[in-house]
Amino acid sequence: MLLRKSPTFSTVHFEELYQDIILDHSRRPRNYGELPDADATVNGNNPMCGDDVTVQVKFDAADRQKIAKAAFTGNGCSICMASASMLTLKVKNRTRAEAGALAEKFQNLVTGASELSPEDESLGDLQVLIGVRKFPQRVKCATLPWHALEEALEK
Amino acid sequence: MILMKTPDWTAIRQDFPVLNQEVHGRPLVYFDNAATSQKPRPVIDALVRYYERDNANVHRGIHELSNRATSAFEAARERAARFINARSSREIIFTRGTTEGLNLVAQAWGGEHIRAGEKILLTEMEHHSNLVPWQLLAHRVNAELEFIPVTGDDGLLDRQKIDQLLTEDIKLLGVGHISNSLGTINPIRELCARARELGITTVIDAAQSAGHVPIDVQEIGCDFLAFSGHKMCGPTGIGILYGREEKLDATPPWQGGGEMISSVQYRDAKWNTLPHKFEAGTPDISGAIGLHAAMDYLDSIGRREIFEHDAELTAYAWERLGEIAGIRRFGPLRDRGALVSFLLPEVHAHDVVTMADQYGVALRGGHHCCQPLMRRLGVAATARASFYFYNTLEEVDQMADALAEISHFFNRAL
Repeated sequence: MLLRKSPTFSTVHFEELYQDIILDHSRRPRNYGELPDADATVNGNNPMCGDDVTVQVKFDAADRQKIAKAAFTGNGCSICMASASMLTLKVKNRTRAEAGALAEKFQNLVTGASELSPEDESLGDLQVLIGVRKFPQRVKCATLPWHALEEALEK
Repeated sequence: MILMKTPDWTAIRQDFPVLNQEVHGRPLVYFDNAATSQKPRPVIDALVRYYERDNANVHRGIHELSNRATSAFEAARERAARFINARSSREIIFTRGTTEGLNLVAQAWGGEHIRAGEKILLTEMEHHSNLVPWQLLAHRVNAELEFIPVTGDDGLLDRQKIDQLLTEDIKLLGVGHISNSLGTINPIRELCARARELGITTVIDAAQSAGHVPIDVQEIGCDFLAFSGHKMCGPTGIGILYGREEKLDATPPWQGGGEMISSVQYRDAKWNTLPHKFEAGTPDISGAIGLHAAMDYLDSIGRREIFEHDAELTAYAWERLGEIAGIRRFGPLRDRGALVSFLLPEVHAHDVVTMADQYGVALRGGHHCCQPLMRRLGVAATARASFYFYNTLEEVDQMADALAEISHFFNRAL
């Protein structure tokens, strides 16, 4: 194989989007797989690009307002897979209301509808996905699993 | 001896104003030509000239501008007939594009002639526009759809299956000339000849070929052939449906309205003659005029020369992409159109396209309107680079270097 000059990413602005943590989640998605006896299963797909994600939620047996576990299956780009993977980690043990508020906040941030205040650390790793707002065609990739979650929370 | 003049490709490229720009700080490399081509100055000028001097509605006007617009519109039809060697301009129907042409055939010809239980044969590599119209028809009249299989990543039609499937049971055969997702050039002459022996009506989707290779409908021997202006240097919104005259005569009107009638009563109407029978309403006049300029432009270069230039770019791209470890390339090695579909190892097509864009390289990623084919190949999406005569080997290098970096970036150790 011809070895060319080492990559010069300095003029290319995708490192901001494709940070290590996103690649890590897309290569090794967390909570990937079918959730047996899930209470809600919602499929979301984007026919324009083919991203297809199914989000599953299991509520706490005692407290039906609380999410005991979330999982997903599907196929999509790294942004979509990482977003879904982080979602499943983030909403576990949250109430429906908390998860719903998080979904709304996240979507407002990635679409550029609102800004994250510097001292707000509530998003954790999810914060890296905010970079997607600079790539308008890719915003839907990040929000797709969250749309599915919102629908699942209604059930 | 015929003296072949090699086109001056560098000068030709200067005819395309849009190509002379930077994207994200890099020279634009436009490799999304299978989606739509760029437009040369003569086509842009023809549109401006028409709107600045001649604009009027066609056919029923008596005044000077209407005469000019009508003459220019009908001259475009004559030009299209020559472009594909139709027997007569009566066989040339203006449409919005390939998709509308194929829908017209399916709904009007198919609706009249295909009955319950009869079979329509397509290939597994058809674009949705040569698949869904037949599904609509099949559901409406209870007809059956059959498919010639694709062998695999090499994107060829399964020859043995062709012989098994192409039999007297088939009423209509629909085939894409060049696959928009695999690049395969299908053996349409052979297929149409065999179909003709069996009395099967044939429809060719020439969206990816009309601007890239010489087209002769009499030599191909098809009954219908559809293509779009915008993929061959013309404007969007205009296309051509060729129909063999006796087939068009045996096809009822598709849409009703002005222009397609000869006389109208309150409860009934008589149809206009060909080709106007299929052109209800005010057509895309400027589109036809722009397409005329595009056909003149392409033939001033030569479609054979265009094909050879495209082939050189495509072969070079195939080779350069092959240098990337683990890349998966789709489509045949020989007899291919001006595009390469591929997958970088462990990188989703959309990530490839987003990153390539940052290098100024415009690619397309997705299912390319071929969802069943993608499933057949076991992939969700591919990235695609598609070329045209104004592209250069240097641009292929810019793309290949970018893709090598992208693959490296994405497969980095974390």
